[in-house]
Amino acid sequence: MERLSDGFVVFCKRGCATCIMVVPVMKELREGDQALTIYTQDDPAFPDGIPGVIYDTELERSYHLHIETVPTLIRVENGEEVARAVGWNRAEWRALTGMEVLGEGLPDLRPGCGAKNVEPGIAEELTVRFGGVCLASRRIESPQLEDDVETCFARGWTDGMPVVPPTEVRVVRMLEGTTRSPDEVVGVIPPNQALCTVEKVAINAVMAGCKPEYLPVVLAAVEAACMDEFCLHGLLATTYFSGPVVIVNGPISRAVGMNSGINALGQGNRANATIGRALQLVVLNVGGGRPGEIDRATLGNPGKYTFCFAEDESGSPWEPLSVERGFEEGTSTVTLFAGDGVQAVFDQLSRTAESLVRTYALCLRNVAHPKIPMAADAMLVVSPEHGRIFHDTGWTKSRLKDELDKLLQFPGSELVRGAKGIAEGIPEEMEAAMLPKFRPGGFHIVYAGGTAGRFSAIIGGWVASGPRGSQSVTKEIQP
Amino acid sequence: MTASTFLLDPTAESSPDRRERLSRPKDLDGLTVGLLDISKARGDIFLDEIEKHLTGRGLKIRRYQKPTFARVAPIELKQEISTQCDLVIEALAD
Repeated sequence: MERLSDGFVVFCKRGCATCIMVVPVMKELREGDQALTIYTQDDPAFPDGIPGVIYDTELERSYHLHIETVPTLIRVENGEEVARAVGWNRAEWRALTGMEVLGEGLPDLRPGCGAKNVEPGIAEELTVRFGGVCLASRRIESPQLEDDVETCFARGWTDGMPVVPPTEVRVVRMLEGTTRSPDEVVGVIPPNQALCTVEKVAINAVMAGCKPEYLPVVLAAVEAACMDEFCLHGLLATTYFSGPVVIVNGPISRAVGMNSGINALGQGNRANATIGRALQLVVLNVGGGRPGEIDRATLGNPGKYTFCFAEDESGSPWEPLSVERGFEEGTSTVTLFAGDGVQAVFDQLSRTAESLVRTYALCLRNVAHPKIPMAADAMLVVSPEHGRIFHDTGWTKSRLKDELDKLLQFPGSELVRGAKGIAEGIPEEMEAAMLPKFRPGGFHIVYAGGTAGRFSAIIGGWVASGPRGSQSVTKEIQP
Repeated sequence: MTASTFLLDPTAESSPDRRERLSRPKDLDGLTVGLLDISKARGDIFLDEIEKHLTGRGLKIRRYQKPTFARVAPIELKQEISTQCDLVIEALAD
């Protein structure tokens, strides 16, 4: 772009009453000592009767100078802006121009109008064109007579539900949600072991329906999924039900409006729904993990569309999951758990921790199979009415875990193959052992849910939990 | 008529390599057969049976095991198998 000419520069448009009002002022400036350049945004013939007006057809000059309001008056010296007045303010315009007489007879003050380059829709187009954002992804033309949403289906980019078509404008807007460079590599996504950049995550976040402010959460979720301990490849490929369950902690969950209350594990909240979905779309599109191909799930579970919620930290009787996992209070994190569907825990009569913990133990025993110990991890989601019982009794989270651990020890004789007339079970040689239901570190507790209902929820884990398969992982969310 | 829109490719933009499979041996005489247990339940039982059959035909057998079925085989194991065996039979499922 050429340097600005020294002197005065005015940006204006015909569609603005204030601009029309200051046309006589522009004429006065034109007749003054210093050069005047006028950029008009919407009509090359405006202002009428002043020659040499530059029509900022592409709005490039307006974009680069960050013009937000017209009229805007700028003083330029040696090609650089040294002063700016926005809207009409006679005193300001006089001070800026050094002209003691200017705009005589006009009101002292009149606000300007929104500049054309910042109008919704146009601003993003200009960012794509002039913002210097370098997108590496292939541009694919959507056929003129085909709905863009159908193009996305036809290309196999969706999870079965419609996606938001990832136009450049939308992707550039999405990338404004992070300070990270579009070409930064976030991780290697199985099964194709494909390098995944911030840009690819942003494209899939657009498709999932995310707002730009969710992007840091999605990026952290993708990073967490790529950690070796999480074993995303195996989780994707398994015949078992599981998929990634996303739990968000810290201030960002409230800042972006995530739901940790009523129906926290259900539908209806955009952030919950789209953050979890974006992670799955990254696996589908970037990693190539397609159901029926590498994803071999026998039945799967509805959470494989999306399964994401926030912990209710302010209502919780306990420290947040993130703090338990070694992060400082107030840190925003994403925790991934390889889990399947929601198993209800119904207990409306327990009023003591001792009673409620026994309900939990009975229900938790059923994860995967009552006779199979230490195979699947589990996450217990304690809701407010149940949480209050532990709060009132003074049970810490670790006390609850210890009590459950005591109740979830089983003699091998009850678990071996054939016991209770059931072929499924552990090998006969373990008959004499006493075995815990969950491996050490394989049981998690979070707090969420609406304030009415004496229910909790169990999210069963993958039967290949632990070092041989998936361990839950936590990542800090970066801006 | 409305102008076409451009969408950004959400995939990794990679295309699969096509490689020819190794041709199958005409017969097994004199070959070393690797038996790979991926650590799925009862894979060992299946491979024991296979081993019995193949040993009965005078073949040389080597047994291998992946640490866990949930993860891809370590490179060392893959190298070990490829340098020590002419072919491998894998017990894939439980």
